[in-house]
Amino acid sequence: MKIVEGLLYTKDHEWIRVEGNKAYIGITDYAQEAMGDIVYVELPELDEEFDQEDTLCAIESVKAANDVFLPISGRVVEINEALEEEPEAVNEDPYENWIACVEMADESELKELMNAGEYEAFVAEDEEE
Amino acid sequence: MLENGKRTPLYDLHEELGGKIVDFAGWALPIQYSGISQEHHAVRNKAGLFDVSHMGEVMVTGKDALAFAQYLVTNDVDTLEDTQVLYGMMCNEMGGVVDDLLVYRLAEERVLLVINASNVEKDFAWILKHAANFDVEVVNQSDATAQLALQGPEAEGILQSLTETNLQEIAFFHCKEGVTIKGRECLVSRTGYTGEDGFEIYLQPEEAADLARDILAAGEKEGLIPCGLGARDTLRFEACLPLYGNEFDETITPLEAGFGFFVKLDVEADFIGKAALKAQKEAGLTRKLVGFEMAKGISRHGYPVKDGDREIGFVTTGYKSPTLGKSIGFALVEMPYTEMGSSFEIQIRKKQMPATVVSKRFYRKNYKK
Repeated sequence: MKIVEGLLYTKDHEWIRVEGNKAYIGITDYAQEAMGDIVYVELPELDEEFDQEDTLCAIESVKAANDVFLPISGRVVEINEALEEEPEAVNEDPYENWIACVEMADESELKELMNAGEYEAFVAEDEEE
Repeated sequence: MLENGKRTPLYDLHEELGGKIVDFAGWALPIQYSGISQEHHAVRNKAGLFDVSHMGEVMVTGKDALAFAQYLVTNDVDTLEDTQVLYGMMCNEMGGVVDDLLVYRLAEERVLLVINASNVEKDFAWILKHAANFDVEVVNQSDATAQLALQGPEAEGILQSLTETNLQEIAFFHCKEGVTIKGRECLVSRTGYTGEDGFEIYLQPEEAADLARDILAAGEKEGLIPCGLGARDTLRFEACLPLYGNEFDETITPLEAGFGFFVKLDVEADFIGKAALKAQKEAGLTRKLVGFEMAKGISRHGYPVKDGDREIGFVTTGYKSPTLGKSIGFALVEMPYTEMGSSFEIQIRKKQMPATVVSKRFYRKNYKK
């Protein structure tokens, strides 16, 4: 399983890449592997505003719909429209193929997220259960 | 939960093959190995092997075995000859479905009922309860029976390489007992749950894992791969084969679910639920199962179907079809919305997405008849 240094991670297996006051969000390798073949990404709308822990959007695998949670509050400023045509790109490279970018409302919320090392330990613990 | 799940005789093999184990009706079974899409396509184009040992088997023997099966089941058991298999439902007095099942007429006084794993205890109690007036013995053989399903256009060739029995002699929806497959004695039927040609193989649990290994090895060149419950569901769905708990249950009749073909109301013999189903047919249905297609969004079991703000039904099964590449589903909706081309909306999370009624025959079955 691949974990990328320099990103922040959630317990729901999303990753966040911070660029200034903007945050790109995607799902981790662990998440895409668990979901299986992804067949549809229901993107959020541009300018849509979210509170911390809101459901940002949904990723559909063959078997089921999976919610993607936004760990920080903010407003959507970019969406990765390429995923509408090629949802399987999330399986192929989940860290390259981000889902959306939000303008953060409260950057202090980032403190609650894990770094790569912490996330790796979290997944290892999760696997043991 | 998984730790406590019942294990089939193939459990160790599932782990060895990298199966992703989930809980299904109390059983620890693989939802997938290589991936649902890949396994799905393997069955449509080549072959797939499924462990379906969780299915239930109830043996009915005795003078009244056939008459009893006729009384339990909506379809006409009387039409069966020895070695023939029949699909039908067991209904309750209201016409709701207790379970759907296969009826194997092994002999005049020996009938095998194959039922869903999730319903084994309920069904067995139901069968026993109604056996009182018949001269039959009813035995739940589920734990003493393993079952493999070898499905796909290459299934026959693969299985033939392992047995002396000429498999062409086993016609569609027929079976043969005492078929020796690599030294193991099996009951083999040309049946399945995928819409492709193939076989279901019943045998002693202690021999099942080795047989599965032999079959997988024999079919490797032909593209045979192990398949999990995920592909089993997408395959049966595309082929318009119903699943108990989705397309029908104790509150949904086979007529409403659109499987009236398997309900023989004109046959003289009585069966449980016949009066209620006859009355429902005469009064006319108020809701019916339809197929639908969506340009955008994917529907799932249980999603509400709406006309504006009004709920007019619910989705029973929905997928993005691996074979067709389209978002399709079944929904049980009010009668005015069942015409081909009718439109309604599916509630998908916060949005209502448009859907159009299409034929339920999403995929043309490739049975070898």
